[in-house]
Amino acid sequence: MALVLNEEQGMLKESAKGFLQENAPVGALRTLRDERDEEGFSRDLWRQMAAMGWAGILIDEAHGGLAFGHVGMGQVMEENGRTLTASPLLSTAILGVSAISIAGSADQKSELLPVIAEGKLLMTLAVDGGSRHNPLNVGVTATASGSGFSLSGEKQFVIDGHVADKIIVSARTSGSEGDSDGITLFVVDADAQGVEIDRIIMADSINSSMVRFVDVAVGADSVLGEPGKGAAVLQQVLDIGNAHLSAELVGLSLEVLERTVAYMNERKQYGVLIGSYQGLQHRAAHLFSEIELAKSVVIKVLQALDEGDDDVSMLASLAKAKVSEVATLATNEGVQLHGGIGMTDELEIGFFMKRARVAEQLLGDQRFHISRFAALNGY
Amino acid sequence: MADLETFRTETRAWLEANCPQSQRTPSEEFEDICWGGTKWRFVNEEQRTWLEVMAERGWTAPDWPAEYGGGGLDREHTKVLRQEMARIGARQPLFSMGLSMIGPALLKYGTEAQKQQHIPNIIAGKIWWCQGYSEPNFGSDLAGLQTRCEDKGDHYLVNGQKVWTSYANMADWMFCLVRTDPDAVKHAGISLVLFDVNQPGVTIKPIRLISGKSPFCETFLDDVIVEKGQLVGEINKGWELASYLLTHEREMIGSMGQGNTHEKSLPEHAIEQVGLSNGILADSKLRTDIACWEIDNMAYQFTAERIGDEAKSGQGVGAASSMLKYAGTELNKRRHELNLGIQGTQALVWEGEAYKDGLVASQWLRTKGNSIEGGTSEIQLNIISKRILGLGASK
Ligand SMILES: Cc1cc2nc3c(=O)[nH]c(=O)nc-3n(C[C@H](O)[C@H](O)[C@H](O)COP(=O)(O)OP(=O)(O)OC[C@H]3O[C@@H](n4cnc5c(N)ncnc54)[C@H](O)[C@@H]3O)c2cc1C
Repeated sequence: MALVLNEEQGMLKESAKGFLQENAPVGALRTLRDERDEEGFSRDLWRQMAAMGWAGILIDEAHGGLAFGHVGMGQVMEENGRTLTASPLLSTAILGVSAISIAGSADQKSELLPVIAEGKLLMTLAVDGGSRHNPLNVGVTATASGSGFSLSGEKQFVIDGHVADKIIVSARTSGSEGDSDGITLFVVDADAQGVEIDRIIMADSINSSMVRFVDVAVGADSVLGEPGKGAAVLQQVLDIGNAHLSAELVGLSLEVLERTVAYMNERKQYGVLIGSYQGLQHRAAHLFSEIELAKSVVIKVLQALDEGDDDVSMLASLAKAKVSEVATLATNEGVQLHGGIGMTDELEIGFFMKRARVAEQLLGDQRFHISRFAALNGY
Repeated sequence: MADLETFRTETRAWLEANCPQSQRTPSEEFEDICWGGTKWRFVNEEQRTWLEVMAERGWTAPDWPAEYGGGGLDREHTKVLRQEMARIGARQPLFSMGLSMIGPALLKYGTEAQKQQHIPNIIAGKIWWCQGYSEPNFGSDLAGLQTRCEDKGDHYLVNGQKVWTSYANMADWMFCLVRTDPDAVKHAGISLVLFDVNQPGVTIKPIRLISGKSPFCETFLDDVIVEKGQLVGEINKGWELASYLLTHEREMIGSMGQGNTHEKSLPEHAIEQVGLSNGILADSKLRTDIACWEIDNMAYQFTAERIGDEAKSGQGVGAASSMLKYAGTELNKRRHELNLGIQGTQALVWEGEAYKDGLVASQWLRTKGNSIEGGTSEIQLNIISKRILGLGASK
């Protein structure tokens, strides 16, 4: 398949670009931050995004979605990386939707997906028991109790946890930490008895939280997929999440490169544009070359997801590893090449650096994915 | 054209029947891939057969027009052919600067007579072409070149010196950049001419490289006769052609590290040398270095593919070949450094049959030239800065 966008995908990208730059530029995130907004995102903006169908890009038509696929969603995410728009796109429309679409029963799908597509239900995925991503370090146990289960434990750094209506949580029903067998996924109401959610303010000003489960009673119908076999589903959902985080980070890196190049062609020192210094030109050109590589791994994994290719996991780790490296480079160079002003809160370049690092850590950083890539390739 | 699936089936069967066994093993030595020309000595009969059967179908140049003997395939069919060849580990039947450089330039800029004369010979591997660009004082700054070419009425006369001319000693013909207007500013007075190097006035002296091989030469040109019909494109407009050719050269050099798909991969080598412990490579730093390289290598392959697809659909930026050349050659150098690390001291043996007479070391050293030939990495970065990023444009 040609590694280019088709016409509709190109149009979606253009309209996402226009919409986000007009309605939710980096300045909007600054305002949410400075006003210490309770929810950390704009409900009104989310309504508009849902009205355009974005909440349902990955939902099939039978459940009220657009069925536009991962390449399409990836374009919205890439543009989102340029504007750093705070929204439940990742938590709800990507992670939540994917988990339910992959593992949900017919009832779960028809109960949840159409409401999500309408923008009326927010979801999130609670994966990590610790600060460093490791999906097998679950942190929450589920013990059989009555006809259902009782959940106990803590999930760390759950995005959008404090605004989510429902939380998809991985819990251990058997085995011990580190085992891939014995993990079960549950869909839990955020306001269920015993669910305690603390919002965490992160460096990037994008929503995160700690979620504690204190003897939370859930029914058997809240199990998502097969009991004990949640790791495989989780894997697929995480691959999807990482592909889209990679798309976001490519957009972010491109934006930083463009802003930095523009500054190099505007700022003068010693009577000439700093962009005329070869020492700086080569750094920008190297960054350009790296971003070209990053773009390719992203479109490759997005296409592979749409095609259902066998090597999706390998490609997702490849993408996240490469793009994380590139985004780190882009944001570091971005600040350095701006000089003193690059260190100011007033210039937006710092927002990109902070978002880049958080997005890189989310669902596994470069090192995690290098190691996973090697393991998937047998070494 | 047959639909892709039919074409795939037919091609697979044809390759199965026609690709000799010895041509399906990884190429190691330089001689393993045929460069053609009158001085070529085939390593065995199968190498000759492989060239002949492929050339007969035009598949040494699958996407060149059939009227000059090319395969006449479009991009998608060419891809299928490449995939099917890779599937059985088939070697390229022919590799040459005729195919990668002067051929495409002649197809685009050549006269009908030039195409008729040269293209079929390139496809059949009958003529070895060498590239006369660089001069002792003009390397990166190629447009300053001084080799003179004078109009003598019924022919041209060329005088000057070229250097680093790869395989001039093996070549039959040279495509050569010359100055046809000494008064014009740099780029404006240059032309591209073609001539037979086996004529009086052409003196070729091989130069030994750090890799121990002598694949490039000093080439002295004293009163060399060039026929009138062998000037390509318009006189004094040779720089445009030179740039076009360099684009092809950069893409070719950039992709050189891609190698034979049936070659042992770095992880395979490493598993052999270092071993696995709990299913992962026992040396964790080496494991990370290899994985990072493999990641970059796949990213590079996807990028070459994407840029090709974009060009085909009319998207994408120009000067992309500079990015591919820069990334591809730096990657290939890294691969060979890494390979030394994997193999250990034995990789640095220089003589001895057990070590294939220093093949590993020699190949490692040769890659150092990848980021110099065809325009250095620094020059590629200059091009990206100026043409793509628009840096330093005075305001
Ligand atoms: C293996 C090999 C095969 C070759 N084959 C051929 C061939 O077949 N035909 C042919 O014509 N030529 C050939 N060449 C020559 C090659 O094209 C030149 O070596 C190359 O263009 C560099 O020129 P130079 O050697 O004069 O180095 P220089 O131009 O002198 O460069 C020296 C150093 O200065 C740097 N530099 C120069 N200018 C700049 C600048 N403006 N900004 C920043 N850095 C700069 C370079 O990057 C390099 O690091 C070959 C070279 C090699 C190594």
